[in-house]
Amino acid sequence: METTTTIEPKQKVYFDLTTSPHLHSKWTTSKVMWFVVAALVPSIAAALTFFGWTQIFIIITAVVFAVGTEVSIQVIRKKQITWFDGSAALTGLLLALTLPPNFSLSATAIGSVVAIGLGKQIFGGLGYNIFNPALVGRAFLQAAFPVQITTWLKPNFAVDSVTSATPLAAFKFDKIFTDTVPMAIGNVGGSLGETSAIAVLIGGILLIAVGIVNWRIPLSMILGMFLFGGMFWLINPQNPTPIFHIFAGSFLFGAMFMATDWVTSPITNKGMWVFGLGISLVLVVIRIYGGLPEGVMYSILFMNGFVPLINRYTRPTIFGAVKEEKKK
Amino acid sequence: MKKRVTLLKEFTKGLWEINPTFKQILGMCPTLAVTVSAINGIAMALATTFVLFFSSLLISLIRKWIPNQVRIASYIVIIATFVTIVDLVMKAQFVELSKALGPFIPLIVVNCIILGRAEAFASKNNPLRSMLDALGNGAGFLISLFVLGSIREIIGSRTILGYQVMPNGFEPWLIMILPAGAFLTLGLLMGLANLYTERKKNLEREALIAQYKRVGREEITDEVLKEAGV
Repeated sequence: METTTTIEPKQKVYFDLTTSPHLHSKWTTSKVMWFVVAALVPSIAAALTFFGWTQIFIIITAVVFAVGTEVSIQVIRKKQITWFDGSAALTGLLLALTLPPNFSLSATAIGSVVAIGLGKQIFGGLGYNIFNPALVGRAFLQAAFPVQITTWLKPNFAVDSVTSATPLAAFKFDKIFTDTVPMAIGNVGGSLGETSAIAVLIGGILLIAVGIVNWRIPLSMILGMFLFGGMFWLINPQNPTPIFHIFAGSFLFGAMFMATDWVTSPITNKGMWVFGLGISLVLVVIRIYGGLPEGVMYSILFMNGFVPLINRYTRPTIFGAVKEEKKK
Repeated sequence: MKKRVTLLKEFTKGLWEINPTFKQILGMCPTLAVTVSAINGIAMALATTFVLFFSSLLISLIRKWIPNQVRIASYIVIIATFVTIVDLVMKAQFVELSKALGPFIPLIVVNCIILGRAEAFASKNNPLRSMLDALGNGAGFLISLFVLGSIREIIGSRTILGYQVMPNGFEPWLIMILPAGAFLTLGLLMGLANLYTERKKNLEREALIAQYKRVGREEITDEVLKEAGV
């Protein structure tokens, strides 16, 4: 008699499915996230210096509500709770730094909930979102409270009675150019984290040095600014110089912290160049021809939408593959 | 074999099971465009229901005489007739609403709910069933537009049907009365609707499996489940 033995698994085998990449690295998600938070400390310090220490409440509100939203959605969806990886806290922090000083706390909370809820968790959580969550939150606030979000506070050390308008708004509506030095230090009107170019650069260069941020994206954005901004400037000297473009508004902040978000930027080196140049081009067009003075947020979100396409067309050749012959 | 559907079911299925907005995903253009306030949503839905009801009835009555090749053109002519009636009546009697809804009343002609019901239902069923189906779909459309319009009106302008419901301290979210707010609200509502449907289906499926186990039937294959419709 023939006997067959069937091996029955005693235990169910669970496959842990996570998003790619699966390469092992010393950088875990939480390490990266907390490191970026650390890199933002100079910007936070600059914000508190120039706009008063009470601005810390905006930051706290944004972070608390971002983390709270993340946890509550994960509890509702019965997913693993991952607030401690810091990604939600970072989103909240980034959102807070893009808001104007003295922004209402309730609106900040709404922005945080939207950023995490609609910007990230609705797509499935970390790694699945198409658009930068912090910028989604800010775009929502921009559309929901257009007056509040463009009400700027005069910085603490303003030497003269320069209005509290941002350098970009001053240029757009009154054709006044702000000097580069106050813009670099941060003694101008603007969103909390964006005004001090030096603080942003310290954090950004730190991130590039340790390899969290790929230098290609910020560099291509800055070069793109020289290229496209310079082009418009050469055509019409009434337009701002590339240097003004770079130091005004949230360009550097966007280049260092927003566009370089791992999830929403291209994965290929070539793609990063396309992405960065694209952002600069869209940005210059918005700043010069658009109705709003600033467009970093929209240009990054716009290019975020192209990332899958960029990835597809800049896919590197497989190792050893021979270039396909052109069909005749 | 065709399942027997009760007359009541012909009406009630439009409310939820084949709700034009959430299940058939038809008529998105007016849904997104006019639901700035609850009253606009109601007016739009009522106008659509009127056209839907009469065109379904007429198409069902003459369904045997319409040549198959020109049926769409015939439906459009019939629908356009009733849309013209609605448009002129609204312009004469409800000037404000007519202005608020703007081009969306004439655009009912190409509303895919009406054309969809004509093509999928009225052209194959008798007038009584067609009327009930049209009313059901119209009511379903009314419910979804009212819900969507109310949410957008409450958050976007603090009122519902013109009465203030939110306190003055509440800062209205302008985004809700912009097109972006329509997309967000509709997307979230549709997500909730899908979630509900899925949960319900899973529960039914589990109940059926439990029932099969009780009576001792061994094989619960996918085919069996499919046949039971869960």
